[in-house]
Amino acid sequence: MNTMAVEVENLSLRFGDTIALREVSFYVAPATFTAIIGPNGAGKSTLLKVILGLLTPDSGGVSVLGQKARSLDRGIAAYVPQKKTFAGQFPATVLELVVSGLTGTWPWRISRTHRERALRVMERTGVGNLANQSVQALSGGELQRAFLARSLVSKPQLLLLDEPAAGMDIRGEAAMYHLLCDYQAESGATVMMITHDWEGARCHADQVLLLNRTVVGFGSAQEAASEERLLSLFGHRGHVHETHAGAADD
Amino acid sequence: MIEILSLPFMQRALIGGVLIAIMASFYGPFIVQRRLAFLGSGLAHAAFGGVALGMYLGKEPLLVAIPFTVLVAVAIVWVRAHTDLGADTAIGVFISLSMALGVIFLYLREENAADATTYLFGSILALNRGDIYLSCAALVACLLSLPLWGRWAYATFDETLARVDRHPVMRDEYLLLVSVAVLVVISVKIVGILLVSAFLVIPAASARLISHRFIHMMGWTLLVNVGGVIIGLLASYLVDVPSGPAIILVQSAAFLLAFVVHRVAGVR
Repeated sequence: MNTMAVEVENLSLRFGDTIALREVSFYVAPATFTAIIGPNGAGKSTLLKVILGLLTPDSGGVSVLGQKARSLDRGIAAYVPQKKTFAGQFPATVLELVVSGLTGTWPWRISRTHRERALRVMERTGVGNLANQSVQALSGGELQRAFLARSLVSKPQLLLLDEPAAGMDIRGEAAMYHLLCDYQAESGATVMMITHDWEGARCHADQVLLLNRTVVGFGSAQEAASEERLLSLFGHRGHVHETHAGAADD
Repeated sequence: MIEILSLPFMQRALIGGVLIAIMASFYGPFIVQRRLAFLGSGLAHAAFGGVALGMYLGKEPLLVAIPFTVLVAVAIVWVRAHTDLGADTAIGVFISLSMALGVIFLYLREENAADATTYLFGSILALNRGDIYLSCAALVACLLSLPLWGRWAYATFDETLARVDRHPVMRDEYLLLVSVAVLVVISVKIVGILLVSAFLVIPAASARLISHRFIHMMGWTLLVNVGGVIIGLLASYLVDVPSGPAIILVQSAAFLLAFVVHRVAGVR
């Protein structure tokens, strides 16, 4: 039997009286791209943190490439968080940030090998010219690309991204999707990404997980994130569809 | 100048002061970057409670103050980890508690009250060989924690990413605060409870203003701290003012200079 990249079975988690996730089950095959879509407060970020082993579920289980999430070996999974908790106060260069993804610790010095490897990935994510720039001097989009480089530099088998396109312009967003697809094709890695970009998910993801504390839909973009489901989940179909629908009505 | 350096009490003051400065330079940047600047002051006040307890029990005050202050440091981390209270609130609670205990212990043995003031203001010029040996032992402990630098720095940068990379972030935080607690208690004899947090905060804050790499921040912190001790001690002897405050005035001058450089050069 082939090992699934991610297996989530009957996962439930509460924060006090609030249900964050309820009986969530799904399986993600290796070397696939999964977009996770859901309204605010749907438990998307919480789900990623459970998969990373940062949160312990009340019930149910999660395994990643055959290992229990809580005891996942270092370097197998990489993560791009939604909130950058360092809040811009830590004195660091972009190169140090990226190398930390390689060493798994904060580098007090950077070897030539690590520098070259980091710079290659930084070129791909579009921050190659910012190596010695302070992370505090970066724009929101540049910071996201720096964190993306950080997550890719260790060549993880599982890449978990929490709204990585936040703060990027439309060109940056398109480049990011292409980069993720290229990386997946080259390395055979599994990518799971939280996004609010339905169109991007439809174009690039192999499958969509529609989440609202429990699984609302899971499968190909057409079947999982149908307009009816999105409408029932969000009460809205998004601006693109609204415009098209309006044009059709005219 | 050579005459000053030949005085045994000045030699001990310089050695003790520089040892404390080196240790404070190792921990200070972590304290400042984690926004725990209030911690040094909090632990120093906890040390007061421990010193008073030692005096009440008739034991060597610092030897009682070390476990007492370590216990307070552990309690601060535990309260932070298990409640929604901020670090400042947790520290504030334990400052009040420790001071209250200290005052009660001194009240129960009033003859100790005068000795306690030594710890409030420190007495770097009265250091003995035992104090130097204690500082050396603390420096060895500090050097043993050098391998933790990368992990501490990583968790200081982003706790979540450090946890993703399987670092024991909570255990490391306990270790860091316990190490700082030991340093604070030993520093109390030298610069006093009221000034001890300056060693942890002012040089690191000055360094932060002119550094855009954490390792550089550590280097500048060391320079300001050690320079502050040497210049402050010599100046206090020449101008005949108390040594502890003189050291801190030199550190503050360095902060002012760093602030000007930060504004002019726009270091981020």
